[in-house]
Amino acid sequence: MLAIIEEYSLLVQYTLIFASVLMLVALGGCFSEHSGVINLGLEGIMVMGALGGALCMYFLQDKVPSFPMLILTVIAAAASGALYSALLGVACINFKADQTIVGTALNLLGTAVAAVVVQAIKLAETGSPSDELLYRTGRAAFTNSFKIGNTVVEFNWFIVIAIIMLVIAYIVLYKTKFGLRLMACGEHPQAAASVGVSVYKMRWSGVLISGVYGGLGGICYVMAGGGSWHFSYGVAGFGFLSLAVMIFGQWKPARIALAALLFGFFRALSNVNGSITLLKDLNIPGTVYNMLPYIVSLIVLAFTSKKSRAPKAEGIPYDKGMR
Amino acid sequence: MKFFKNKGVQSLLASLICIVLGVLVGFIVLLLMNAEGAGTAITNLLKNFFFYPGADARMKYFGTTLVKTAPLLMCALSILFAYKTGLFNIGTAGQYCIGICACLFGALYLKLPWYLCLLMAVAAGALLGTIVGFLKAYCNVNEVISGIMLNWISLYITNSVLMNVKESTSPYTLKIMATNNSALLPKLGGVNKFFGDNQYITIAVPIAIAIAVLVWILLEKTKFGYELKATGFNKNAAKYAGMTEKRNMIVTLIIAGALAGLGASFYYLTGIEQWEVTATSVPGMGFNGIAATFLGALNPIGTIFSSYFLQHITDGGTHINNMLYGSQIAGLISAVIIYLCGFVLFVKHAMSKLAIRGEENKDVRFEPIKTKADDKLEHAIKDENAKEDGKAVQEGGDK
Repeated sequence: MLAIIEEYSLLVQYTLIFASVLMLVALGGCFSEHSGVINLGLEGIMVMGALGGALCMYFLQDKVPSFPMLILTVIAAAASGALYSALLGVACINFKADQTIVGTALNLLGTAVAAVVVQAIKLAETGSPSDELLYRTGRAAFTNSFKIGNTVVEFNWFIVIAIIMLVIAYIVLYKTKFGLRLMACGEHPQAAASVGVSVYKMRWSGVLISGVYGGLGGICYVMAGGGSWHFSYGVAGFGFLSLAVMIFGQWKPARIALAALLFGFFRALSNVNGSITLLKDLNIPGTVYNMLPYIVSLIVLAFTSKKSRAPKAEGIPYDKGMR
Repeated sequence: MKFFKNKGVQSLLASLICIVLGVLVGFIVLLLMNAEGAGTAITNLLKNFFFYPGADARMKYFGTTLVKTAPLLMCALSILFAYKTGLFNIGTAGQYCIGICACLFGALYLKLPWYLCLLMAVAAGALLGTIVGFLKAYCNVNEVISGIMLNWISLYITNSVLMNVKESTSPYTLKIMATNNSALLPKLGGVNKFFGDNQYITIAVPIAIAIAVLVWILLEKTKFGYELKATGFNKNAAKYAGMTEKRNMIVTLIIAGALAGLGASFYYLTGIEQWEVTATSVPGMGFNGIAATFLGALNPIGTIFSSYFLQHITDGGTHINNMLYGSQIAGLISAVIIYLCGFVLFVKHAMSKLAIRGEENKDVRFEPIKTKADDKLEHAIKDENAKEDGKAVQEGGDK
């Protein structure tokens, strides 16, 4: 029995951490889309959130005790994600720009900015333009390791943060006046406006909240990768995988959480397929496991998009004059 | 002021504004990082091949920039073509990547001549496009998300397929020149001499430009192109008018995929670059194509120039001192340019307003955007007022 638990413990560990990332970012997309703005820039927002959080750990590790540093890192990641998402807000809400172009630009810009910033810091410190930040000590504040048999399993406190954020998302969307108004702006903005809701304010809130969630997802993602991160790598399409999770979850927080677990599981397989005998016996090349999350999301989307419950007015810039 | 009303002038000005602001942002970033070298760095970026002192070297590197412009132009045309039908083909990057996989596999493993390798690349790109088109037309899957998923899938496929034709001591694929000379695209003889004996200049460069012109003709002068644009403008209206909108979507994405695949063969069959089988992301060509498309004001001919410009600054970016600034500045500038392209519609609108205001000889101010109907109403009210004023004056005179 213990042997089986030991064998699958790493799979559980990775499934939970990747599911946390996907859930956080998908919830971000959920807020933005419910307010009526399609956020295709989540990938870039994740990178910027990761940058904010990682820089905070990089500069504060060894200087600040772990609990305050944990709080500061979370705040830094959320704040830089929100700040960056403002670029989407300005363009798509105030200037009625094409949401697809701007989202794509944010993705490209995010990786470029993060790499330039990290290289600039490294150049100033060491004189060589590396794009890698080391935050091993800082990361330790977020993780507790314990042993099952001979396997060292790591518990990441971000899983708890993700669950808290899930509960918050559910309460805000369904149990508050704000959330219901926000969703009204994504379904029928003119009707919302006619009863005195400011559509612009609501859409701005939706975009900024998605920035907060996306930023948290970003720092969580790079931390799953270990004690350092190359910032020119980006986040490997996780922003878009999260959108697939959101669609599969039909824009509802609880279902998004379940969808994230499923996708997280397939992503985790590529990390652990060598250590599980059942999978080793199947003798499938590692590349297939790498492709699996993307293939699964294509199949899932093909079956769920047809009767999609997407907010009706998403993607359409709000124009006061239109009825 | 009538000048600003011309749609072509508006597009050109809007693109120039995007370029100037993009370069300016890049310059500010350079200044923040290291003020001393920023001037040199930005001029090196803009100078590109003029960086070299000798005339021969200049022509040679000008040629290299042209060689790299050909695939970029094809990617831009791929995105443009799909965009005209209302589809955002972000999957161009993956279609380009799978094109690389197909043509290098044909050249290095199957040892085929260049035209067959080229066809393989086209077919592979088209196949990927078909998947996106089918999912969009019949399953309502957002083409951006399915495109991104296929980008990653094609990266992993490319890496594992080309693993079979890699050099034993490096992660790079075999050199075409050493393995299968017949797979190299035909050179242009005298033209190669003109470009300082640049051996990578092939028929790809002129053909890419010719294809841009063909795409323009197809979109602007044929019934098929009209149907595609009608589908993009209003799917339901096109359906109502008897156009098969689902078929149009799929055909569009097949052509878009084929263009991207062709672009891959235009670059890799020159032998200028080897694929690295440990690559961790798809080549940036497909994403830079997005910038080229919108900077070229969604016009195939404009795209020729915007592709060249973007490749020019990307190559120029390699002359920036890496030990002072890192390597991502050119990428940053083109990302800023794409972001600014999102505002192009707004800028054009503002220009139209300016032009109309100029004609009315009024002060130029920014006001909420009005429709034509609003303008008419305003005119009518003004006329009324003028009449009443006239009456008042007359009445005053009578007294």
